[in-house]
Amino acid sequence: MATETRRVLMDPLIHNNPIALQVLGICSALAVTTGMQTSVVMSAAVVAVIALSNLSVSLLRNMIPTNIRIIVQLTIIASLVIVTDQILKAYVYEISKQLSVFVGLIITNCIIMGRAEAFAMQNPPLKSLIDGIGNGMGYAAILLVVGAAREVFGAGTFWGIPVLPLASEGGWFTPNGLMSLSPGAFFVIGFLIWILRTFRPEQNEAE
Amino acid sequence: MSAFFVTTARYILAFAGAVCLVCAVMVSGSAVALRDLQAANAEQERQRNVLFAAGLADPEEELTDADMAERFAAVRAVVVDLETGAELPEVDPASVDPLVEAGITDSSRAVPENLARVRRVERRSVVYLVEPGGELDVVVLPVRGQGLWSVLYGYLALEADLDTVRGLTFYEHKETPGLGGEVDNPNWKALWPGRQVFGTAGEPIIEVARAAAGPVAEDPHRVDGLAGATMTSRGVTNLLRFWLAENGFGPFLERLRVEAAG
Repeated sequence: MATETRRVLMDPLIHNNPIALQVLGICSALAVTTGMQTSVVMSAAVVAVIALSNLSVSLLRNMIPTNIRIIVQLTIIASLVIVTDQILKAYVYEISKQLSVFVGLIITNCIIMGRAEAFAMQNPPLKSLIDGIGNGMGYAAILLVVGAAREVFGAGTFWGIPVLPLASEGGWFTPNGLMSLSPGAFFVIGFLIWILRTFRPEQNEAE
Repeated sequence: MSAFFVTTARYILAFAGAVCLVCAVMVSGSAVALRDLQAANAEQERQRNVLFAAGLADPEEELTDADMAERFAAVRAVVVDLETGAELPEVDPASVDPLVEAGITDSSRAVPENLARVRRVERRSVVYLVEPGGELDVVVLPVRGQGLWSVLYGYLALEADLDTVRGLTFYEHKETPGLGGEVDNPNWKALWPGRQVFGTAGEPIIEVARAAAGPVAEDPHRVDGLAGATMTSRGVTNLLRFWLAENGFGPFLERLRVEAAG
């Protein structure tokens, strides 16, 4: 892989993670990470939307009149999100019920608008597609870690399969109720950012 | 921006129109193409909830389509005239969508202001009867009413005495996850079976308490409140009392009672 392509794809994973460094897209990261299944489906939805929105915006970038570019981007993103929501409702009904409004709220996820405006408007389609996938994966990486931590410590299960024997069923593990509520996600994301910035001190904001 | 496209007002309008058109085709195309699958999912979800309420299935277990069909075969859907309580055997239950009919003036009636904030009630509804060997065992009634943020839609299952609860489930609501959303919590739902909905005078007195309620034997008419969800708890009380009273399934239950006695 060419270094440039690799940089565009891999940078958002750790070095320039949209959630951990830019602290964008926190709302859905808090809301849908109660378990692995919802996290995986939400991640897939966001990767699909951000990749396709970057691609379409980039294809149109020389045609979009500057003064209406934001609304055009938003129209494209909103349409992609609605289609994604319809597909989830048709094929993974149970999980789409748990995700409820948060699939629709992908429209307002700043990562997607941000990449469309900051990257896809200036770069060719293939590169924009890769940038979209990279940023989607960066978002997904955090969601999956948070989802795993919250499901294991909040419910004692992983992907719905019991991993820690629950005290209520004769085991030793008492689930941490905080983990299954949204504030639990704040703690987990906070920890992640702390760990990341301990190993990569250059990510710290200037005093 | 680009030398090729002069951004005149006309061009901007045309471009915006074209984007809208393409997006509209995409959105409506997907909605139309996937509608049947989604409707099938929703129908199955409804059937599952009827089974849960009636105690014929456990929410924890995985049900295949065949299991579903087999268990649902024990359930008889019946169209009921809500005002008279009479069965309408000539009407196919599959052809009646009470929630749609409730929204149409001709097939619904306005009801007096009530705490469940139900404004119009459908003239005919669909209830589910489980009758092993022809003997009534469970009757499942669709219920709905206002919680805190949303209308809660669910099923209440009563035993053959038409007083004791077999189960209660909600299949659609938008209450706060973790607070009011706990109406879905299996531990809370497990508190319902055995409670009695009617008082000695035949009026619905079932109540979701402000705090903890006693065990079934000591406190048959009350169920633990949901912590941090006073409005949702109150909503559940109100909607159950509404649908068990004269504007809901009161006449229907009365007819069943008379038939059982007579």
